[in-house]
Amino acid sequence: MSSAQIEIQIIASIVAVACALPGVFLVLRRMAMMSDAISHTVLLGIVIAFFVTKSLNSPLLLVGAALMGVITVVLVELLNRTQLVREDAAIGLVFPAIFSVAVILISRFAGDVHLDTDAVLLGELVFAPFNRLKLFGMDIGPEALYTTGGILLLNLIFVIIFYKELKLATFDPALAAALGFAPTVIHYALMTLVSLTAVGSFDAVGSVLVVAFMIAPPAAAYLLTDRLSRMLIYSALIGIFSAVSGYWLSYLLDASIAGSMATMTGASFLISYLFAPERGLLAQARRRQNQRIEFALTMLTMHIANHTAAQEAEIENEVIHLNEHLKWTPQFAMEVVGTAERAGLVTQRNGLLTLTESGLQRANQEFSN
Amino acid sequence: MFSSSIVRGQWSTLMDISQLFYNLLFDYTLRTVALGSAILGIVSGALGSFAVLRKQSLLGDAISHAALPGIVLAFLLTRSREPVILMLGALIAGWLATLFMLNVIRTTRIKDDSALGLVLSVFFGFGLMLLTFTQRLPDATQAGLDKFLFGQAATLLQRDVVTMAIIGVLAIALLMTFWKEFKLITFDTEYAASLGYPVRFLDVLLTTLLVVAIVLGLQTVGVVLMSAMIVAPAAAARQWTDKLKNMVILGGLFGAMAGVSGTLISGSAEKIPTGPVIVLCMSAIVLFSMLFATNRGLVWNWFRNLQNRRQLRAQAVLGDLNTLAMQHPNEARGHSSAVLRAMSTNPEGVSLALSQLKEQGLAQELGKDAWALTQAGLDEAGKTEEKEA
Repeated sequence: MSSAQIEIQIIASIVAVACALPGVFLVLRRMAMMSDAISHTVLLGIVIAFFVTKSLNSPLLLVGAALMGVITVVLVELLNRTQLVREDAAIGLVFPAIFSVAVILISRFAGDVHLDTDAVLLGELVFAPFNRLKLFGMDIGPEALYTTGGILLLNLIFVIIFYKELKLATFDPALAAALGFAPTVIHYALMTLVSLTAVGSFDAVGSVLVVAFMIAPPAAAYLLTDRLSRMLIYSALIGIFSAVSGYWLSYLLDASIAGSMATMTGASFLISYLFAPERGLLAQARRRQNQRIEFALTMLTMHIANHTAAQEAEIENEVIHLNEHLKWTPQFAMEVVGTAERAGLVTQRNGLLTLTESGLQRANQEFSN
Repeated sequence: MFSSSIVRGQWSTLMDISQLFYNLLFDYTLRTVALGSAILGIVSGALGSFAVLRKQSLLGDAISHAALPGIVLAFLLTRSREPVILMLGALIAGWLATLFMLNVIRTTRIKDDSALGLVLSVFFGFGLMLLTFTQRLPDATQAGLDKFLFGQAATLLQRDVVTMAIIGVLAIALLMTFWKEFKLITFDTEYAASLGYPVRFLDVLLTTLLVVAIVLGLQTVGVVLMSAMIVAPAAAARQWTDKLKNMVILGGLFGAMAGVSGTLISGSAEKIPTGPVIVLCMSAIVLFSMLFATNRGLVWNWFRNLQNRRQLRAQAVLGDLNTLAMQHPNEARGHSSAVLRAMSTNPEGVSLALSQLKEQGLAQELGKDAWALTQAGLDEAGKTEEKEA
């Protein structure tokens, strides 16, 4: 591995963690699409700040972008408050308009500078290692490492200091307000962080990847745990895994790094969606299957218990007759009887079923219900 | 001298405008693009109305992003750049994305916003990966695929517009055929199900039509801005009417207006991309509608509130005058506004309310600053009291 390759992976991992932290709260607060809106509108902030400073390296660009992110949130809320449109429609109205202004400004006035919409949307992580930061003439690493690192630090400090407030405002905003925690302040602080993260990261990885890293790992982690602290840690780990594996996927295919990493965040989610221990699709299917068998076992014990004393026991309780009396297919009947025997609920003699002690108990318990 | 130059200025503006319309009629490119944008506007406006009413405003955003891998895969598999084939790929990808999203929402506790963002970014990233992968293949004839990112209306050919028109007419025809059913599942899904309509099938059909509308617009306005063409015309139309039929027609009309005016504006100056201008025209229509729409518009609302407040203020003073008249049953005497101010909860409004009452013939000024109710005023106050009792 060359040092450039290592640096790219480190930067991508930092971005992944920096995005995952606010991303968890976006997912939990049902505001995930806000990250999509903000990651588009910050472009206008960058463009305006660029026109003011005439430089692409000025820190004012970051300020302008963050400000535009907050303005987006305010506009969406204003529009929402008129009650003329719903919240999702409000988001869908605000961000394309702001983004359009940015695109028009760029193509009309900034055609010859390095500020094209492709780069902003898609990112150019390949070039990140070439942009070195020099301190007293010494090369201290790529610049992106420090901007993204700074943003990660900021997010980390915010989440650690305001963990309790964030948690309460996310899960019970009414209680948070009643206790005097000012959920609105928390809300805007979070949105400012999302804007800062979006702009600081998309310089390196593009706005699409920012959205992918903010939503996919937290969504995957949401299926794995019920604890907020674990969800934060899992999201960060899934983000790092997606970043590193995505880098190698892009290396293998000679394709866009940002695109490959976004693909890997999707793959991570898919794995979690299918195999999550309790909430995954497979676990859900297994649980349904178990419930079906459990229900059938109870049915079987009740059926036999019903006919033990009666004359018709001989025909009713024969294995081959179960399919017509309980409307089971022969295979299913065999499966249930097999499971019941193994569980010690029934015994079979010459194809005739009798309940064991525990089988009778189960049936009686069910009757008394 | 001054006036003549102003006249000349106006004249040249007039010339510009007439030149624009001349171009619209006789300039091949402009006419083609304007026609294409108009078709796109009609279809997306009509189908967007359903999406907005069904709280699926951002579905368009997700679908249009998700279409990208479909376009690239269609190219990779067929090595053809026929718009119809690429659109078919986009259609399948957009449809799969929608289905995946709906399944995630149905089977997990992940909410619709996260599912939308997830599908949007992951599918788009996947498409980006495929696109860059394709660009590095040896026989790179894929130039033009990335115009789907931002759309390049100027590259629309007459052939494309004819294709768009045919597909658009088919979509609208389907919409009209299943009008009653779509209306029912939009406003009351449970009721539709209880009546025995195949709700799931209708749901998929309506969503498919939405995907068709989105794919239709990708070449013109691009992936990023297509969502606005779904949401904005419908949001604007919603302000003017409470009837679904009118909303769909108005939505189509607004969409077409934005399409044509956007094309004209971007065609009249250099280096202005068409897609964003169309979106801005659409945003302007939305803003206008939200402010000035009769019935729901903010300005009318403000005006109505003001009138209501004035009416209530006058009513209060009328009641006070009546109370004073009751306290002095035997003489018709006037009361000074100072007394009325002391009785009122809103002292500053008293003199305005008095002149308003005088205008309506309910109060009269017997002497200087001596106010009393007229007979009509007494009757009115009596009626109000009866109502309150």
